Amino acid sequence: MTTLDAPPTVEGAGLVGRSVARPDVPPKLDGSFEFSNDLSVPGMVFGATVRSPVARGVLRSVDTAPALAMPGVLAAFTVDDVPGDRWIGHIVRDQPVLADGEVRHHGEPIAFVVATSQAQAWRAADAVVVDIEPLEPVTDPEVALAEGAPALHPDGNVYRRLELRRGDLTERAPVEVHGTWETGRQDQAFLGPESALAVPDADGGVTVHAATQDLHLDREQVAAALGLPEELVRVRLAGVGGAFGGREDVTCQAHLAMAARALGRPVKTTYRRDESFLAHPQRHPSRYRYTIGADADGTLRYVRARVVLDGGAYASTSGPVLGSACYFAAGPYRVPAVEVVGEAVRTNNPVAGAMRGFGAVQACFGIESTLDLLAAELLIDPVELRRRNALRPGDVFPTSGQPFDATVDVVGLLDRCLALPLPDPDEVPMPAEGDPYAFPGGTGRTSTGEGVRRGVGVALGIKNHLYGSGMAEWSLASVRISAAGAVVRTAATEVGQGLTSALVQVAGDALGGMPVRVATADSEAGYAGSSSASRQTWMASGAVLSACRRAVEELALVVARRHAVDPADVGLADGRVVVAGRPLELADALGPEVVDAGGRYDAPRTHPGDPTTGQGDVHVSWMAVAHRAVVDVDTELGVAKVVQVATAQDVGRAVNPREVRGQITGGISQGVGLALTEHLDAPGGLVANGSFTDYLIPTAADMPEVVADVVEPGDPQGPLGLRGAGEPPSLSSTAAVAAALRAATGRPVTRVPARPQDLIAP
Amino acid sequence: MLEEVAVTVDGTPVALEAELTDSLLRALRDAGRTQVTGGCEQGECGSCSVQLDGVLVASCLVPAVVCSGAEVRTAPGLLGDDLAEAFARRGAVQCGFCTPGIVVAAESVLARAKDEGHALTPPEVREALAGNLCRCTGYEGIVAAVVEVSERRASVVPGSGA
Repeated sequence: MTTLDAPPTVEGAGLVGRSVARPDVPPKLDGSFEFSNDLSVPGMVFGATVRSPVARGVLRSVDTAPALAMPGVLAAFTVDDVPGDRWIGHIVRDQPVLADGEVRHHGEPIAFVVATSQAQAWRAADAVVVDIEPLEPVTDPEVALAEGAPALHPDGNVYRRLELRRGDLTERAPVEVHGTWETGRQDQAFLGPESALAVPDADGGVTVHAATQDLHLDREQVAAALGLPEELVRVRLAGVGGAFGGREDVTCQAHLAMAARALGRPVKTTYRRDESFLAHPQRHPSRYRYTIGADADGTLRYVRARVVLDGGAYASTSGPVLGSACYFAAGPYRVPAVEVVGEAVRTNNPVAGAMRGFGAVQACFGIESTLDLLAAELLIDPVELRRRNALRPGDVFPTSGQPFDATVDVVGLLDRCLALPLPDPDEVPMPAEGDPYAFPGGTGRTSTGEGVRRGVGVALGIKNHLYGSGMAEWSLASVRISAAGAVVRTAATEVGQGLTSALVQVAGDALGGMPVRVATADSEAGYAGSSSASRQTWMASGAVLSACRRAVEELALVVARRHAVDPADVGLADGRVVVAGRPLELADALGPEVVDAGGRYDAPRTHPGDPTTGQGDVHVSWMAVAHRAVVDVDTELGVAKVVQVATAQDVGRAVNPREVRGQITGGISQGVGLALTEHLDAPGGLVANGSFTDYLIPTAADMPEVVADVVEPGDPQGPLGLRGAGEPPSLSSTAAVAAALRAATGRPVTRVPARPQDLIAP
Repeated sequence: MLEEVAVTVDGTPVALEAELTDSLLRALRDAGRTQVTGGCEQGECGSCSVQLDGVLVASCLVPAVVCSGAEVRTAPGLLGDDLAEAFARRGAVQCGFCTPGIVVAAESVLARAKDEGHALTPPEVREALAGNLCRCTGYEGIVAAVVEVSERRASVVPGSGA
């Protein structure tokens, strides 16, 4: 094979860094974009899930006969029909495909019924008779941890215990503050309910069209449940109606694949909204107990934290979420001594797993709230306290001892955030006939507004991007160039974040501006890992760049041969192939030939952390952010309105500034929701508010003005200098709103979401 | 028992088939009109917004069988080129699941403002779109796009050809 002495000259098209149009927007505007629940194939039948009405119990029997007797009902599946492994799971296989002997949470799938219409499948699911002997559910993680608690699962009640220790933990500082903080169960509340279609294949395998974040994790679990080799299971991405971590776990995929193979027909299902709230893991409810020691001038001496996460009934991502919840428990601060002890615990509550921020949101609320206690104790301005202690070049990360990335300027972000303009007007508006939305409570307000007080709060957030903690992390992609242009193939999933458009930009520049199309993500394209952990633009860009570089070399060889020139005389510019100085259209340069090239990107290696102290280079690098919130609180009614959120966020480099801004405003809306309204309530383990009537996400009328300063220092390790951008907007926006609520009310606000009774002035 | 319900969807005659308990949303989707999406089927999320004889409704709350002879308008039938351009440029679309419903709600309030001869202010747009949930964008791009289009449409003098 001929090789090149030097890579061909490619003139970038200047796409990276520009707010280029997203190819998926026109079909999304006119509704022609195909979401997973829009899929339709001939002969398709429909599934519905029978779910546990109780939080814990012994499953005595499942009688599917009444369902099977109904017209149009084709089959009913229980755990005995699972052909392969009865247990699946995201990391730990501890979750039954269908309930097996015991049910452990409200809504746990027990049976799967298939009928000729979705409505009939739902009716048939209602007709299945389930006999459960209820057991007392364990719904408090501290009770589940206690001596003598019932084992809720053969694996026990502790998903993971993690201890991080650094520095001299025997000393005692002149000033000590203590705080206990709790966060609620936040639902991802993506708008498109879970839906998928499984189609049996002629080779005995199955293709699952799923709205998911990770095609290969789905494939692995579906193959296990079906007892099939992974090669016989293909997973293709179907249009995703939002994700935010809520589509990392398998929900209906295994049920559908099992039914499709058993019946020899395509099977589809779509969850109803109330089912969606029961079906996917939510953000872990947390309890943090802090002790912070400091000198009288505010210099931090030590941080001790005890972390308890309610992991719910199955492991999902509890292990790594606990890692995040502990490693970010000391925030972006210089702390010489740290002790964090965390446990993620099994209960009979809804399963907890991944949601935007992945444990670091809870940690941020804890450390930032405790720092505000310290500031109050020392009569130091909270901003000054943060500035004094923020990590600087040369420092080590407080919980891991890892050298901190000198390009992350924490103090700079704080200053830039505070330099952003305050809302106009910068005081509480006078009660007037004017716009009711200007006041807390909006049109539903019943007070005259005299008790409205304004508060301002500031918080810093930090989290790693990519998996880290020693996980091998790589991504594959391929590029095919033909006369029509380039097609990029990868298994990296577009979940709404704009990955497709980012890859068009990256490939477009790497291929000298030739037209690029990104094919629908498919497990056959090779491993890419999940769209999570703010990692996918970084990882997939790395793989696509690698594939493009090889494709350009191959193209140079092919074109040189066809045009009898030296390969060194072939280049790419302005969307054309330059052959010995002459720009040719791609079709003329390449003729009927096709160039294929694959690429691979490996993330920088990390360390799993010392098993007893957690110390080590556990993260690739970090994303830092500052938030300032301005709130008005009607302290008579206990209702709050977030007036403005200001943020300075380090994104390394903005591949598409408009889409980065979209991540910022969207992430802040979820942060505001967690601060004020979003908690999936489950008294006795039973979900009580699983609807958009009762689980309140911010509307257009609730969202504050967002002012943002996007900082682009370039990440020295990332492809193109980018850092993750998706999670930081959710990291510290909640903590900043909570601080502002305290400032407005004088109340401690130890829990988010803050309830009206938490906000009534004393 | 399926009943046939004749409607027009964006000007095209469509024969819906519906049980008595089926919503207009379900009947439209069963007839392949999947540009209407369903996020909650209880009137809270606004994804399924359509115009029914010119009135903005949540199609999940309307029984299909009462729609006989009705004129249904959905996103592709209402979306103006100016709004499409502004939505794309302002970042009003991420996952896109709520988008067709938001297009319908936005064109409805834009039409009302134009009839009343004024441009919409941001609070008016926020109020008008408060029944349409979006989980991705934080609404900023959506509101900005609708305000911008409203201003532009208000400044166009009827009959001027502009």
